[in-house]
Amino acid sequence: MKTTEEIFEILKTNFGESILELVTAAPVEKFIRINQLEVDKVCQFLRDSQELLFDSLMNLSGVDDANGKKTAADNGDQIISGGTLSVYYHLESTKYRHKLVLKVSAEREKPDVVSVANVWRHADWHEREAYDLFGINFLNHPDLRRILMPYDWDAGYPLRKDYKNPEFYQGMKVPY
Amino acid sequence: MGLLDKQFNDDNIVITKVDDLLNWARLSSLWQVGFGLACCAIEMMATSASHYDFDRFGVIPRPSPRQSDVIIISGTVTLKMATRIKRLYEQMPDPKYVISMGSCSNCGGPYWEHGYHVLKGVDRVIPVDVYVPGCPPRPEALLEGLLKLQEKIRNESLVKKS
Repeated sequence: MKTTEEIFEILKTNFGESILELVTAAPVEKFIRINQLEVDKVCQFLRDSQELLFDSLMNLSGVDDANGKKTAADNGDQIISGGTLSVYYHLESTKYRHKLVLKVSAEREKPDVVSVANVWRHADWHEREAYDLFGINFLNHPDLRRILMPYDWDAGYPLRKDYKNPEFYQGMKVPY
Repeated sequence: MGLLDKQFNDDNIVITKVDDLLNWARLSSLWQVGFGLACCAIEMMATSASHYDFDRFGVIPRPSPRQSDVIIISGTVTLKMATRIKRLYEQMPDPKYVISMGSCSNCGGPYWEHGYHVLKGVDRVIPVDVYVPGCPPRPEALLEGLLKLQEKIRNESLVKKS
């Protein structure tokens, strides 16, 4: 059983610059921020290291931080430019019973995050969902398609804060 | 019912109108498409089960739309499902009826404002005969909806669809 601080030290000695910071002032759980292009190697280590053995990815979720520049379009809609989209990873070791939260952030205009689907197989669909609803592009993902929205959906990513619903989809009126 | 108005005592003969006979046959065995969408489908299944016993009205779930008379839209109609529902409806043979069950399929329900993926009422893709309100409606409400549909069929006519 290791605390987030201890795991942070282990990661720091193994990966150095890829481990950005340890955030302890979070409202619920402490988390470790990681470079978005190195997270697959870090996760592989977390899973295989004999003293950590994070064999379970409990959850993987996307977040729109909405911390960019907010401007109003001509018709009053909000447009966000700049800032970041983030992905949270909640890990657990079923042997040692310790848990860990990781966070990576990528730029809103080019949200590239490297996939962990070949570390934990079930990250596959979680990442497809984050791609579907936030437009986060997971590099090296085996099959990055929309999972919930229709395959021919071209109106954007619905859970982004500046998302605007289309007027029609396949001839059906969408707004109430 | 008006069906057995004039009955001869000896010869097994009944005199009735063709309209009445056809309507009576139609409304007494409404086979429904075995099709459920969301939490309303659970109530629909409860209605089919022994306690509420949909079968006493002649309603049995059929595995194919081609053998069905009525489709119960029981739950949230997503945009993705709406195109499939339209296809199912078109596969059903005439005469066909639609019961819209629950707030979601009536008008979008709780998803009316922020449901980016929900069709705001199944009547935007197929014509609805009976709307059953509720979230989800209790089995009694669905039975009431079915009785309303039977009432509607009873007043139909061969020459003009009511």
